[in-house]
Amino acid sequence: MIRLTDVHKAFGSNRVLRGVNLHVPKGTSMVIIGGSGTGKSIALKCILGLVTPDRGTIEVDGQDVRKGDRDAFLARFGMLFQGGALFDSLPVWQNVAFRLMRGTLKRPKDEARAIAIEKLRRVGLKPDVADKLPAELSGGMQKRVGLARAIAAEPEIIFFDEPTTGLDPIMAGVINELIREIVTEMGATAMTITHDMTSVRAIADNVAMLHDGVIKWTGPVAQMDDSGDPYLDQFIHGRATGPIEAVR
Amino acid sequence: MILLSPLAALGRSTLALLAALGRFAIFTGQTISHLARPPFYPREFGQALLQIGYFSLPVVGLTALFTGGALALQIYAGSARFSAEAVVPQIVAIGMVRELGPVLVGLMIAARVTSSIAAEIATMKVTEQIDALVTLSTHPMKYLTLPRVLAATLVMPMLVGVGDVIGIYGGFLVGTERLGFNATTYLKNTADFLEMRDVISSLAKGAVFGFIAALMGCYYGMNSARGAMGVGRATKGSVVAAAILILAANFILTEAFFSA
Repeated sequence: MIRLTDVHKAFGSNRVLRGVNLHVPKGTSMVIIGGSGTGKSIALKCILGLVTPDRGTIEVDGQDVRKGDRDAFLARFGMLFQGGALFDSLPVWQNVAFRLMRGTLKRPKDEARAIAIEKLRRVGLKPDVADKLPAELSGGMQKRVGLARAIAAEPEIIFFDEPTTGLDPIMAGVINELIREIVTEMGATAMTITHDMTSVRAIADNVAMLHDGVIKWTGPVAQMDDSGDPYLDQFIHGRATGPIEAVR
Repeated sequence: MILLSPLAALGRSTLALLAALGRFAIFTGQTISHLARPPFYPREFGQALLQIGYFSLPVVGLTALFTGGALALQIYAGSARFSAEAVVPQIVAIGMVRELGPVLVGLMIAARVTSSIAAEIATMKVTEQIDALVTLSTHPMKYLTLPRVLAATLVMPMLVGVGDVIGIYGGFLVGTERLGFNATTYLKNTADFLEMRDVISSLAKGAVFGFIAALMGCYYGMNSARGAMGVGRATKGSVVAAAILILAANFILTEAFFSA
């Protein structure tokens, strides 16, 4: 479904991605883990075309992401951003129905609002939230609204960028469950970036560990604890000592 | 090596300046090219008209009123030195319409609107809202830049027109209430002295200044660095650049309309 081959990206002298190879089969949930600043978000942004790789190819269903109709390509994706990235000037329901109110997926306003309220309900929010502004919501509620927006147009592929960062453990658990349910229910292909090992175990079918700009290990989540990979072991157990340098 | 280092620094600065000019030229070209290509966002355009036009009226009105009044006092005091006090209505009219109206309204719009656009778009950038727009199949140039630039270009001539009239009225108030001019004579002298070319130049300057003000806000916002400091720098840079470009464009337009 999604295939990255020898993807490189540098910002000046900072070589963030140094030959990433990764395959995400259709209908599976891939979680990318790795330390801060290892290029996990850049990898996702390369797939979406928000960042242009310096070298390498990225294919979705065998089609190079840089070729073809960009709008049709993006219409297949939904994304939950780390901070929600909700539009401050629009009420919650218009954030959720944003894609349904313009472009090729445009629907009548009443229908778009009804779908938005249904998606809000799906992520556990009541209809009275619909007319509030994002600034009036708590962090957890903003994440849920972001999740509702990501699934509003029922995309085939959903990206989650650190979905539980900044949330308390209970809310993080709720978001993890929602992501798992939604991905299973919609049959979507999912890619998630996280540092939260509870999230990894709750969301992932497969895990990939990104370090030093390359995928150090990838495999099913069930094999993660017995991988024998020193980098992965250090990361999942949160050890200060090991091959990954910990700056003190 | 020590002798060469100033040259190297000069070279780096020149290259950086040329790169920045290139980026700005590309941004301007892209903005203009989107004018002719759908989709368009009328709701965003309407909101920009309200924000830039209607809500700027109090600032524009007060600025023009006080400037017109002060101009009348200055011209009266200056012309009294060679017994030419009678020219106050004519000079206030020509000063407001040709220069002070468009320039002051342009600078006030740079302060009020450019800063607001830059801060809003820069904040959207650092909070990933611009990336979110792209993932939702919405081109940020079309959704954010074009409505604001178009609205500012269209509404600024109206603001300048309002500013000109209020500025002349400020001069009229001071002239008749403080300096003892006859109201009918004052208005007749003003109307007789102004030419159509004065009014057209004033409105044309307004359109150009509006384009510059909104474009600089959008450009600095879209190119903002990360964090609160990035937003602050983008906002400050946009206002400074807009003000300087407005003054430079004013000189060029004055030369074009009134030389020879």
